[in-house]
Amino acid sequence: MQRYQQMFQRLSDEKRGAFVPFVTVGDPQPELSFQIIKALIDGGADALELGIPFSDPIADGPTIQNANIRALAAGVTPAMCFDIIKRIRAYDANIPIGLLLYSNLVMAKGLDTFYATAAAAGVDSVLIADVPLSESKMFRQAAMAHNIAPIYIVPPNVDDDDLRAIASYGRGYTYLLSRAGVTGAETKAAMPTAALIERIRAYNPAPPLLGFGISSPEQVRAAIDNGAAGAISGSAIVNIIEQNQADPALMLSKLQQFVSEMKAAS
Amino acid sequence: MSELKLNPYFGQYGGMFVPQLLVPALKQLEAAFVDAQQDPAFHAEFQQLLTEYAGRPTPLTLTRNLSPNPLVKIYLKREDLLHGGAHKTNQVLGQALLTKRMGKKEVIAETGAGQHGVATALACALLGLKCRIYMGAKDIERQQPNVFRMQLMGATVIPVTAGSGTLKDAVNEAMRDWSATYETTHYMLGTAAGPHPFPTIVRDFQRMIGEEAKAQILKAEGQLPDAVIACVGGGSNAIGIFADFIEESGVRLIGVEPGGKGINTHQHGAALSTGSYGILHGAYTAIMQTTDGQIEESYSISAGLDYPAVGPQHTHLQQIGRAEYVAINDDEALAAFQLLAMKEGIIPALESSHAVAHAIKMAEAATEPMVLLINLSGRGDKDLSHVHSVLAAQQQGAE
Repeated sequence: MQRYQQMFQRLSDEKRGAFVPFVTVGDPQPELSFQIIKALIDGGADALELGIPFSDPIADGPTIQNANIRALAAGVTPAMCFDIIKRIRAYDANIPIGLLLYSNLVMAKGLDTFYATAAAAGVDSVLIADVPLSESKMFRQAAMAHNIAPIYIVPPNVDDDDLRAIASYGRGYTYLLSRAGVTGAETKAAMPTAALIERIRAYNPAPPLLGFGISSPEQVRAAIDNGAAGAISGSAIVNIIEQNQADPALMLSKLQQFVSEMKAAS
Repeated sequence: MSELKLNPYFGQYGGMFVPQLLVPALKQLEAAFVDAQQDPAFHAEFQQLLTEYAGRPTPLTLTRNLSPNPLVKIYLKREDLLHGGAHKTNQVLGQALLTKRMGKKEVIAETGAGQHGVATALACALLGLKCRIYMGAKDIERQQPNVFRMQLMGATVIPVTAGSGTLKDAVNEAMRDWSATYETTHYMLGTAAGPHPFPTIVRDFQRMIGEEAKAQILKAEGQLPDAVIACVGGGSNAIGIFADFIEESGVRLIGVEPGGKGINTHQHGAALSTGSYGILHGAYTAIMQTTDGQIEESYSISAGLDYPAVGPQHTHLQQIGRAEYVAINDDEALAAFQLLAMKEGIIPALESSHAVAHAIKMAEAATEPMVLLINLSGRGDKDLSHVHSVLAAQQQGAE
C-alpha cells in the first residue's frame, strides 16, 4: 500500500491531482480485459480501481451491472481476475492497484486467504462496497495483516464521529462519494463544496478521491479545485467498452484517449 | 455516528452489510422502531388496524379429514383468512405506521409471489403513502392477478429483468432505488431477512401469529403442540409463529424449505439445507452460492419461497439446534395443495402447502399421539392458474 503514498507524494511535487479509472476485470472477456487495463495505464492513469465481477452488485447502476454480467457470462472467476492483475503488476511495478468488490467474494474462501491472494497478485488496496464502518473490523484487520490498505467510503451525509473513525482506520486513499445513489454516469456528480472537503480534511484521513458520476475533464478539474486529491471515473469508461465491443482496436484507442484527456485535467 | 440501540446479530448471523450511504437510513429506522415499541399510542393504533381492518385474531382450525393417522391432530393457524390473503398484511401495517412516524411519504418494496406487494399496496392505500413495487419479470408473468391487485390499489409495479428476474433481483433493485431516495422514502422490506433492523422489526410485527396460536391451542387442547411447522423462504411467517414458542423447549420448531426439483439438483431454494454461509442483501446468513461466492439462482414452484437466502435468525436457530429445517419438493407441495382442498375445503398458497406436506409426512410416521400446528400462511387464489397449467401439463405428459 506504500504505492499510494509514493503516488500522492509525486503528484504533490507536480502540484497535480490523481486520475483513477475503474473497470470490471474480465469485461468483456479476459484477454481483452488485460489489454483494456494496459490502455488505461498507457493513457496516463495514476492508479487503477478494479472490480471483481459479482452476481448481485447492489451498489452499481446499469452500466457496471452490465459489465459484471458480461464478465460472468464469459466465465470469469476471481482466480482469473487475480491472474490478470498479476500480469498488470508485471507490466507496471509502481501503479497503485485497488480492488472494489462485494463482501461475499471476500468471505467465500476465508478472509485471510482472500487478502493473501490479493497481496500476492500485487494489489494495494481493497474497498468492499457493502461493508460499512460498523462491520469493517475483521476485514480491516485481515487487510492490514497483508499490507493491503482498507479503503473507506465517505458519503455526503457523513457525521463527525464517522469521519474521525475513517481517518483513523483508512489507509491508501479515502473514497469520497459525490452523491447518493448507485454508480453511473446517468446521474452526474454533485460537486462537494470546498467547505465540505475542508471539513473532511480537517480529520486528516488518507487523501480523498471523488467518485460516482464523474465523466468529464471539467468534473475532474472541479473536484481538484475544491480540494479533492483526485477523481475516480468508472461508468464513463465502461460505456466505452460496452459501445465498442465489435471493434477492440478502436475501443482500446478510445479508452487511452479518454484517460489522457481526464488526466490532462488533473 | 450514534450507536445502534439493538443487537444487529443473532449469534454470529445477521449484521448490517450495506453501503455506508444506507447506514443512516437503517439507524433512523431502528430508532423509530425502538421509540414506537415504547409508545402505547403506537401499539393502540397498530392493534386497531390489525383488529378492525385486517381481521385479527385469525382462527385456529382443527382439521377434520386431513390427518392420515388417528393418533395425530393437525391444527391450522389461518393466516390465509387475513385481509390480503396472507400473513404479510400484519407487518406492513406496522412498517407503514413507522414510515409515517419518520415523516416519510413514499414507500418502495420488493415482491416475489406478489403477496408482499399486495400487502404493501393495501397498507399504502389505507394510510395515504405513495408506493412503487419492484417485481421480477418472471414473477410478474406467473402472478398476474396479484399485479393487477397492486395496480388497483394505486401501486406502481416496476418489472425487474436483470438476473433471474425473481425475488433476489427485485431486492437488488429496491436497494438501489433506496440508496438514492432514503431521505424521503421508506424501504418496506417484506421478510425477516436483509440488514438489521429488518429481521428484528419483521419478526416483532409478525409475532402475534404465534402468540394467538399459543393461546388458542392451549384453550383447545389444554397443552402446547408437539411441533410448530411453517414454510421458510425469507422466513417471516415461520419466525412469526415460532417467536413465542422459542422459550418452550418441549415444542419442536420445524421450518420447511422449498426443495424444488430436489436439493441435489441446484434447482431449489433450500438455503439452510445447503450448509453454506455468506452475505446477501445485507446479512451474513445461510445462502446458496458457488465456491467462488457468486449467488446461485434459486428455484421453486412457489414464487414466494424462490429466494437463495434466509433470515439470519433462522440460521441461528438451526445452528443452536432450537429449530429444524427440512425440504419439501415441488411435487410433494403440489400434492398437499390438492389434498387440503379436497379434504378440508381450503385452498392453501403453494408456499404454505410445503408446511402442510411435511406435517402429513410426520403424521404418517407417528406411532404416538401428537398435536401438530401448521402456519397456513396464505391462501391459494393467486396460484390457481399456475397450478392449473402445471396439472394440465402433467396430465398431458401422462397421456
